[in-house]
Amino acid sequence: MALLDVRNLVKEFTRKQGLFRAASGVRAVDDVTFSIDAGETFGLVGESGSGKTTTGRCILRLIEPSSGEVEFKGENVLGFDRTRMRLARRDMQIVFQDPYSSLNPRMRAGDIVEEPLVIHRVGTRPERKARVAELFELVGLDPDHRTRYPHQFSGGQRQRIGLARALALHPSLIIADEPVSALDVSVQAQVVNLLMDLQQRLSLTYLFIAHDLRLVRHICERVAVMYRGRIVEMGVTEALFESPAHPYTKALLSAIPVPDPGASRQRVVLDPGSFDRSAALREVGSGHWAAI
Amino acid sequence: MSEPLLRVEHLTTGFEMGGRFVPAVIDVSFHLAKGETLCLVGESGSGKSLTAFSIMGLVDPPGRIERGQVVFKGRDLIGLPERELQRVRGAEIALVFQEPMTALNPVFTIGSQIEETLRVHGRATRRDARARAIELLDAVRVPEPDKRVRDYPHQLSGGLRQRALIAMALACSPDLLIADEPTTALDVTIQAQILELLADLQQRLGLALLLITHDLGVVAQMADRVAVMYAGRIVEESPVATLFDDPKHPYTRGLLGSIPGGAPGSRLVAIPGTVPAPGALPPGCCFTPRCPSRFEPCPTAHPGITDFGGGRTVKCYLHGPAVEDDGEDGGNGSRNGATELAKKTKSVPGR
Repeated sequence: MALLDVRNLVKEFTRKQGLFRAASGVRAVDDVTFSIDAGETFGLVGESGSGKTTTGRCILRLIEPSSGEVEFKGENVLGFDRTRMRLARRDMQIVFQDPYSSLNPRMRAGDIVEEPLVIHRVGTRPERKARVAELFELVGLDPDHRTRYPHQFSGGQRQRIGLARALALHPSLIIADEPVSALDVSVQAQVVNLLMDLQQRLSLTYLFIAHDLRLVRHICERVAVMYRGRIVEMGVTEALFESPAHPYTKALLSAIPVPDPGASRQRVVLDPGSFDRSAALREVGSGHWAAI
Repeated sequence: MSEPLLRVEHLTTGFEMGGRFVPAVIDVSFHLAKGETLCLVGESGSGKSLTAFSIMGLVDPPGRIERGQVVFKGRDLIGLPERELQRVRGAEIALVFQEPMTALNPVFTIGSQIEETLRVHGRATRRDARARAIELLDAVRVPEPDKRVRDYPHQLSGGLRQRALIAMALACSPDLLIADEPTTALDVTIQAQILELLADLQQRLGLALLLITHDLGVVAQMADRVAVMYAGRIVEESPVATLFDDPKHPYTRGLLGSIPGGAPGSRLVAIPGTVPAPGALPPGCCFTPRCPSRFEPCPTAHPGITDFGGGRTVKCYLHGPAVEDDGEDGGNGSRNGATELAKKTKSVPGR
């Protein structure tokens, strides 16, 4: 059974009527449907403004969706009241993109990681301290550095702190929103390796939101491509990368710079008139769907 | 060989911090010929942008060029009076920045900013400037240039803004274009368009292009030659094909290894640790603490150059060079001892 089931999710942002402007709406997320199995890494890719981050936040209700269904472990998350939602968030956590702005600069690293335990009243004080030390070790940080402040850590280490905090309450789903895109290339690989290790050890499920297609191809089992709020193609990673069916996916994949000076380059240019934007997903191969 | 368009020799630039000079670009030398593309690759803090600023004469206090030469068309730009520099900057050497939003002035139209460049350098009268600005926008393939010329920066998308910046850079037909991470802030499909545009302009105008990037995919696509920077130094220089086929420096190998690829789900070749900050450089070769191949001489003194011929050079003891002899930052007592040790271990066979 799927761990997470997202059905017909819509988020419409409305612009208020101005002096010279009529009220208007933008569908940032437009009828998005996908599901993620337990233990899977599911990639959500697209360019800026495609709605991938909004989709991630709607699942956690950090942004309230306009309509649709989000089913997590068989329960409808959108029907939860505040208390129930808070409880559900123990089990679904998010790791943010920017490790420089997502950690409170006035809190010590240990307190940042402990905070979720305090909020959810987990364990006694000594138990929590022990858990924090354990989490530091888990993400490859020195437990002696618990008393340091975020600015005393490098970008890669800060992202490890964010990850330790996310893991504090033993979640089963991690929504990782561009977790390595703010890091240097040589450090990115460290954090990616850590994410893959942790998944194995803790049997985590990842919704991996990213624009780096090389990275997504490397770590995700299945991928959905978003374009202007809609999923235009979805499928098993290899099938989608080897034989993309949607014009947008083709254009996107052909734009990736290949790290091989001898590679031939045939860039496909997207003609927005060449496809129907409202087309529904249909199966184009085994487990491979495209909106064509 | 005839004199290249640009020749940078032993450039050392840094910052005055608390009465101490902290170098961030150390003994950097390279050259660039007309019509050629050199990629300067490195991670944040490696000194690539400061190298570009040094060439442009844009290093402001507390920054300072400590020593070196920037020879452009046979003339050393370092130490030129500001008035002379202004004649070169923008007219003969142009710079395209990473962030197209902050590099444009939000209160002037795109057109008026291009026209300003033209008028400042006496390339057009007020009357002709508008027509020339439209021509330039057309050259960088901005659609409907006669309309866009009246737009403000916020009315344009990121890709169009970057095109407008490139149009501005090209306004005075420079011989050298320095592009500092020109596509980093852009989506991958827009990035591909901008890179194609740069390559095309270079071909048509015979520009020399100094392209600064951290993306080895971009390097593979654009470069004729590559210089890899780490902690302020160029550690390896090579024609692009041989660099990817047979990287010599462990840092270059690490960078290539950390690109996702290979079997899905396999571990990436990560480089442990982080880039050291200027002012906190480890002794000897700065890559030593992160290097999988380090051995005795590495932490003693920085390695000198090994020349493989064919434009390939590397600074690494694996390839058996002597220590660097430029005496940079000198005056510390352990240096002689370090030199001795490096000489002794020099006989270690290169791997």
